[in-house]
Order: sequence, then structure tokens, then C-alpha cells
Amino acid sequence: MGKAQKTVQWDPTDIKEKLLAKYPPKVARKRAKQILINEALENSTPEITANVRTIPGIITMRGCTYAGCKGVIMGPTSDIVNLVHGPIGCSFYAWLTRRNQSDASGHENANFINYCMSTDMQDSDIIFGGEKKLEAAIQEAYDLFHPKAIAVFATCPVGLIGDDIHAVAKKMKEKFGDCNVFAFSCEGYKGVSQSAGHHIANNQVFTHLVGKSETEKTEKFKINLLGEYNIGGDGFEIDRIMKKCGITNIATFSGNATYDQFASANQADLSCVMCHRSINYVADMLETKYGIPWIKVNFIGAEATAKSLRKIGEYFGDAELIATIEKVIAEEMPAVDAVIQDVLPRTTGKTAMLFVGGSRAHHYQELFNEMGIKTLSAGYEFGHRDDYEGRHVIPNLKVDADSRNIEEIHVEADPELYNPRKTPEEIKALEDKGFEFRDYDGLIPDMDKGTLILDDPNQYEAEKLVELMKPDLFCAGIKEKFSIQKLGVPMKQLHSYDSGGPYAGFVGAVNFYKEIDRLVNSRVWGYMKAPWQENPELSATYVWE
Amino acid sequence: MLLRHTPEEITERKALMINPAKTCQPIGAMYAALGIKGCLPHSHGSQGCCAYHRSALTRHYKEPISAATSSFTEGASVFGGQANLLQAINNIFTVYEPEVIAVHTTCLSETIGDDLPQIFDKAIKDKKVPEGKTVLGAPTPSYVGSHVTGFSNMVKAMAKLATRSGTKNGKVNIIPGWVEPADMEEIKRIADMVGVKITMFPDTGGVLNAPLTGEYNMFPDAGTPIDDIKKSGDAIGTLALGEWCSADAARTLDTQCKVPCSILDMPFGLQATDRFVDALRKVAGTTVPDEVAKERGQLVDLISDMHQYFYHKKVAIFGDPDQLIAMTEFLVSIDMCPVHIVTGTPGKKFEKRIKEITKDMPFEVNVKAAGDMFLLHQWIKNDPVDVLIGNTYGKYIARDEDIPLIRWGFPILDRQGHQYFPTVGYKGGLRMLEKILGVLLDRLDRDNPEEKFELVY
Repeated sequence: MGKAQKTVQWDPTDIKEKLLAKYPPKVARKRAKQILINEALENSTPEITANVRTIPGIITMRGCTYAGCKGVIMGPTSDIVNLVHGPIGCSFYAWLTRRNQSDASGHENANFINYCMSTDMQDSDIIFGGEKKLEAAIQEAYDLFHPKAIAVFATCPVGLIGDDIHAVAKKMKEKFGDCNVFAFSCEGYKGVSQSAGHHIANNQVFTHLVGKSETEKTEKFKINLLGEYNIGGDGFEIDRIMKKCGITNIATFSGNATYDQFASANQADLSCVMCHRSINYVADMLETKYGIPWIKVNFIGAEATAKSLRKIGEYFGDAELIATIEKVIAEEMPAVDAVIQDVLPRTTGKTAMLFVGGSRAHHYQELFNEMGIKTLSAGYEFGHRDDYEGRHVIPNLKVDADSRNIEEIHVEADPELYNPRKTPEEIKALEDKGFEFRDYDGLIPDMDKGTLILDDPNQYEAEKLVELMKPDLFCAGIKEKFSIQKLGVPMKQLHSYDSGGPYAGFVGAVNFYKEIDRLVNSRVWGYMKAPWQENPELSATYVWE
Repeated sequence: MLLRHTPEEITERKALMINPAKTCQPIGAMYAALGIKGCLPHSHGSQGCCAYHRSALTRHYKEPISAATSSFTEGASVFGGQANLLQAINNIFTVYEPEVIAVHTTCLSETIGDDLPQIFDKAIKDKKVPEGKTVLGAPTPSYVGSHVTGFSNMVKAMAKLATRSGTKNGKVNIIPGWVEPADMEEIKRIADMVGVKITMFPDTGGVLNAPLTGEYNMFPDAGTPIDDIKKSGDAIGTLALGEWCSADAARTLDTQCKVPCSILDMPFGLQATDRFVDALRKVAGTTVPDEVAKERGQLVDLISDMHQYFYHKKVAIFGDPDQLIAMTEFLVSIDMCPVHIVTGTPGKKFEKRIKEITKDMPFEVNVKAAGDMFLLHQWIKNDPVDVLIGNTYGKYIARDEDIPLIRWGFPILDRQGHQYFPTVGYKGGLRMLEKILGVLLDRLDRDNPEEKFELVY
């Protein structure tokens, strides 16, 4: 590879045609709607097809509903026993493989994250049903650990054989009295991706946990941080900044979270949404039931972090808070600037592609912008149209047959606890100043004209894009990492961070700048060919010196 | 403490599995299928399984793991996955162009009862399988056995492809079992030294330890050619390494093609390697060269040189049955004492074999098949050990109990080497002992007071 790649010229229409050329006609027609060439339209964003079923055999990057529910949303909580009802695989693969860190240490704090618990269903359980075994497993977990809560997760066969996990959970909850037991019907075949699992998790957490705390939170400037999973310590860094600003984080959903955090989330005065895809359901429900408004924030990128903090300050409208936030930003930015000045000459002008879950493919473009790196192509595994085009399309979204059975729960204002945090006049005053509530604009508007946006990209398209557009950096997950690197292109995992991080906040931005500088400028990419492969022709003029 | 909720007191559990020493069938089938040249593994189920299996194998090998999936939706889960698999077969051959698709199932497609042979017939009738290409399949229900069972089932499906031409080809089939690519390469090297022509399947050597060259080929020029597998029915005999991993396939070759088989242990350690080399020479009628005897002698030499550090050291070991049986024998053979032995894979014979191997040991031995690492940890709390041998998940116990960990088995997610350096054969035995000595002596260097700190061991 090396320097030659800079001269590559391409036209997005041509690239799209080449991506589709090899597909059987039906597949090509379908993929054509999920591959979008970004264009600047007058008053709208171009429309993409998303959140539809995966094409069999295409080598998708996607996972399943169970992964979205147990792996993503519930996995990061430390003091809830997560019990998987199914054969062993599902719980084994979700055992410590996402880097959601927890600081629950010492014997006074329960921490079950390092444990993998399963009913390990056998063929007899498939034939005769697994409810009895589930009941016994819940009892054994209770006797061994005495947790505050036990969460039960369904896997593929559970739905098919008709085990009623909710009835078992309810029975055990009533039996114990001091342990909240609840279940998630997150069978892997539901919906079309991890996304359905997020929704199922949101519904159950909201129903069974939120508002259950008796302790009153009396701190000032109380927020919830929604959709932040503390991968590589991101949440720790955000909490550090919040604390410094005098903002109280009541509950993170769900990085480094505890039972009591979830249970107290109704006491916050503002919800800040990081990952829109996975948690917007809870954000909406918190507003409807308890009157807590939500805003979109982004702590990926130093500028984005500063902007998000200012937005929180503006919401509370407290002069002292606003001054503290400005002071914190002023304190933090010099260290960030120093590193950016150092790396910019080596990163400016480079190009990147990002294909990550349901939010990072957008968020990380802020960091790349700060480094002078242009994003050529991006996409989500399981984003919905609102994550691409912005929330204004939500009223027009049609739920298709594959996702119709994902439960929508109906939430109403709580007769006692509903308390609008701002009066309609206050809301309007803020909005008149340009403040946006429930305001996610999506990935597409932030990308340049002529860039390519791919929904549910697959192995073939990833390789083909790299071959055709020759980016300097490719970002995706573990399954993609090594095939891309075999092509001689640096690959950064934006799920696991390749064991690095944090990448959120100010410290995270510095970590990321340094990491990307290291990666794209590593000497290793110059070692693809041996000397005898670079100059294979034998010359007769060898002279020993 | 990472596992501070694990109590010393052991209570019986009948329903709750905690920290498994196994995973589910399909990942084993996927690994086995990667050992066929030009083969794309295919997971017939919902796509989460496939994503998890690919990720787990990728984290272990730091290599691309390609596999496709039928991507079941709720509709397919109710009405059957035939349409999904037919579409998948067509898409795979059109887009990725493998020589072979090796289909395995999941708990989903097994529970609903999809019939793979019937779907394959339809795919062939509908001309979804191009001329000269192969589709094979194995049922791999996740609620039976473990990942080892899945490996065995896929290897058995390979053996089922074997036919007889009526003329023996003079080759010996070796079914290596679930060992690392480097181990497979070492087995081939040993056979080559002994002068035996072999067909080994599966063979992940060169597939899962591929070079970085700036080019990516989803199907590297490695793995067992499907034609060689088909011709394995003409072999003079089969050596199956490992009862759990390889015996079913070997017996299939015997009943189907009258290829006699011998079920051996996996060649980990001195004695199991001795038996492997001896069997190889006998079945092929060759003479073992001095080169092999020299490698053996080097291993014996190391054992004698460093015996004082091995003698009566207590070991806890967990993993898969075939590997554990051979490694336990190896440890006993150098006078180390495996005292806690757990496999997550079920099988009554396991406990019996281990008890036989450890019967003369001076310490009491705990052994359990279908056990878990929670129990193993409790045993260790009650009766501490000097070394823990097992996969990466052992590091949580190792840190809590301050025990050195030798990473061996599957999966190893946090260290390198397993794909490049074998632990089978005499050479592999040397490497294993080097690793054990390394951690034991590091421990002495760490723990000895300054006045006892030594230069020479």
C-alpha cells in the first residue's frame, strides 16, 4: 500500500455500482436501498432503508436481540445477577467480552460482572420445558449471592418451547420478598438485529426498576446519562468531568450502573442521551411519566464534550453552574490542544471509514474532524432511519413484519410523581434561543456530499470499499479487524477500542488522538513486501562491497 | 477480589451453571469447517450465534474468521428456515465463491426441526449449488454436549463424504481433534519425519495463522482439500486423536468404507506422543528415524534436568476432555500432581480415565465432567494449588488466589503463541514444560526474600 493510495480518484455513483455488481438481482435491489450517496438537499435529508431483515448468507456484521438486551444494556450493571435461560453459548459469549468497566470494589459492593450464569439447558429441558430448572437456578443464585435483583434473559429456544419466564420471575420475586426478579423476552430471532434487544431491555428496566428507590436525591443539577456503557472507562471520564462541573449524575444507563441508580432515575431533572439508538425509549418514557426532558449530548470529541456541557449549563440556566462549566472547559482544553497540535501534521488529510453498531459511526466523526481526518463512508449495523436522517422522520416510520412483535409499552404521566421540570414558558424560552429538546439530527446531515452511507454493511462491501477507496483507516469491530488489516489498512475497533480507552471526554480525546496517530503512522504498514518481492527481477550487476 | 462472591463452602447446585468450562456446539463445527480448503462455514440459525462464534474465534486467533448465517427472523423460526438457507446458499456461492459450504445448526433450527439433507437436496435440484461445489452439513444442537461435540459432529460430517474406489491409496488418515493450527502443523511434521503419507482433516494450519501480505484471501491456500476428504475412504487406516473429538468420524470411516481405526489420546506429553508415533509406524509399516528419538530424548532430558521443580507441585486444570486426559497424564509422568480437574463437557468416561491416570498420586484428586469453574475455584480455595492450567477465563481465579496461570486450551484471548507454537509432540512437550517452569521460577524470584534470591536454577 503506502503512498500510492493518495492518488486514488473515485466517483460515489461508480463505487455504488461496483458494490452492487456482483450480487444476485434481488440482493442488488435490496442493497441499493441501503447504500446511499449523500447529497445536500434543500429542506430534507436523503432517505435510506434501515432496520430491515438481514440478507441470508451475506456475512453481516450484525448480532441478535439477546446481545442487544443482555450484552449491551443489562450486562454493565454490577449488582444485578444476570441469569441466562438457554443453552450455554449465549451466556458464555457475553461473558466479559464487552469492556463495560465497573468500579464496584470492596466487599460492601456487590459485583457480579465477572460471573457468567446460565441454566445450561439440555435436550430434556427442550423436550419437557425449562421452567422448573429456571426456578431452581433462580433459587440457587438467591441462596448463593443474595442479590438485590435477578434478571432472567430468554434465548432462542425459550420462546419456541413456550417457557413462561415472566411467570417464573414473578413467582420467585414474591417468594423472596427482598429480591426483585424480572425477565426479558429477548430471544435472538426477534426483530432483525441487536436493536430489538435494546427496546426490550428499555421496556423492562423502566417497568421493573425505575422509580423503585425510596431514597431522595437532594443534590443540585441532577441529570441522567442515558446510553453510555463505560466501555474502556468512558463513563468514568464523563463522571469526572460532571463532578468537576458540579453536575450530579443520578443514573447512567448502564455503564458502571447499580440497581439503586436505575431505581432513582426518575429523580433527575434532565436526561442526557449519548447513544440515541439504544436508550431513546427510556428517555421518552422518563419524560412522559415523570416530566424529565431529554437532550442529545455527545462526549466523543473535545469540542463535542464542551458543547454538550454548555448545553447542560444552559438548560439549568444557573449562572454559577455556567461559570464553572466554562472554567472546567478552560482548564481541560490546553492539554487537548497540546496533543492535537502535535498529531495534526501527521493526521491531517487522512481518510477514514466507520461501520459501527448504532451510534459510534456518527459520534466518532467529531474526533476525526478534530484531527483533520475526513470520513469517506460510514454506516450502522442496526441504526434506524432516525439515527441516519434525524428524529423528524419518526412519524413516517413504518414498522415492518419482522419487527412488529417487539412490544411497545404505553406509559402515562404518573399521578403522583409526574413533575414537569420546566414550565411550557421556560421550554419555549429555551427553544426560542435555539435550544433543542429531543433533538437528534442523525448521521447523514453531518457527512459531506458525495460520501457513502451503508446500512447493515457486510464483509464483501467492507473489503470492496477498502479496495476501491483505499482509506487510511477503517473502523468497525473484531470480526472485521483482521481481514481489513490483511489488506494492509490500519483498523481501529470502535466497539472494544482494541483494549484502549477511555475515548470520551477530554482525557478520552487525547487518548484517541495519540492512538490514531500511532495506528495510521505505524511502521508496520511498510513491511507488506519482502525486498525480493519488491524487486523480483534478478540483475546481473551485483557487486559485493 | 474479582470473584469475591465465590464462597469457600461448597453447596450442591442442580440447575445453575456458573462460569462454564465449555461453550456450545456450533463454534466447534465452525472451527472444524475452517480446516477444509476453500470452505465457508455457515450457521443455520439466527445471526447472533454466528456473530458470537466468529468473534470468539477471532479473539483467540487474531485472524479473520469468515462464516455466513441464515439470519432467521421470527417468521422463519415459526415456519422453518428452508427459504433462508436456500437464499443463503445462492448468495454465498454468487458473492463469496467458496468451494465448499459447511452448514451447522443452532438450538433454534434444531428445536424447530429443520432437516438439512432435505434442504440440500432442494438446493441442488434448484441449481443453487454450482457444478463441482460441495455442500455438507452437521446437526449441532447447542443443548447437547459442548463445543467439543460440535467439532466432532462436523468432522463426522466430513467423514461421511468419504467413498471407496476399491483400491487402497497407501495413506493414513489422521483426525487430529480440536488442536491449534500449530499443533496440526506439528502432527504433519512428525508424520513426515516418520515417512508416513497422511490425509489429515480438518487442518487449520495456514488458515488460522496466515501471514500479513497486503492481500486478503478469504480462502487461503491451506486446509484439507475436499477431494482428499472424499478419498479418505481409500486409506489403509485411521488414527483418531481424542475420543471426544475424533472417534465418531473414525468409526464412520470404518463402518462406511472399511477403513480400520485406532482411537488414541491426543499427543500431548511424552507417553501420548510415544503411543502416537508408535501407532503411526505400525499402521504404515515404517521405521521411526533417529531424529524423532532425539527430540524425544531432549524432552526426557529436560524432565530429568528440572525434575526438582516439578516434583509434587499441585495443579488445577480445566478445559476439554481429550486435552485434559493427555495433559493430566503428562503432568503425572513428570511427578506433578493434578489435583483439581474440571471439564464442562459431559461424558462419564472422562472421570474414569482421569481416576485411572491419577490413581497412584500422593494427593486426593477432585475430578468432574459437566462441571464448571465456580466449583473448580471452590476446590482451589479448599485445597490450594501451585499452578493453574486452562484458558483465559482462569485469570480471574489466578489473580484472586495468587496462582500462576498457564494459558492452554480454548479460548486464549489475552496472549499470543498458541497459533504459532505447538504444544503437541515432543517439541510441544518441551514448550509446555518451558512455560510451566517459567511461571514456577518467576514465582520463586518474586517470592523469595532477598537473601534467598538466586542467580542459577
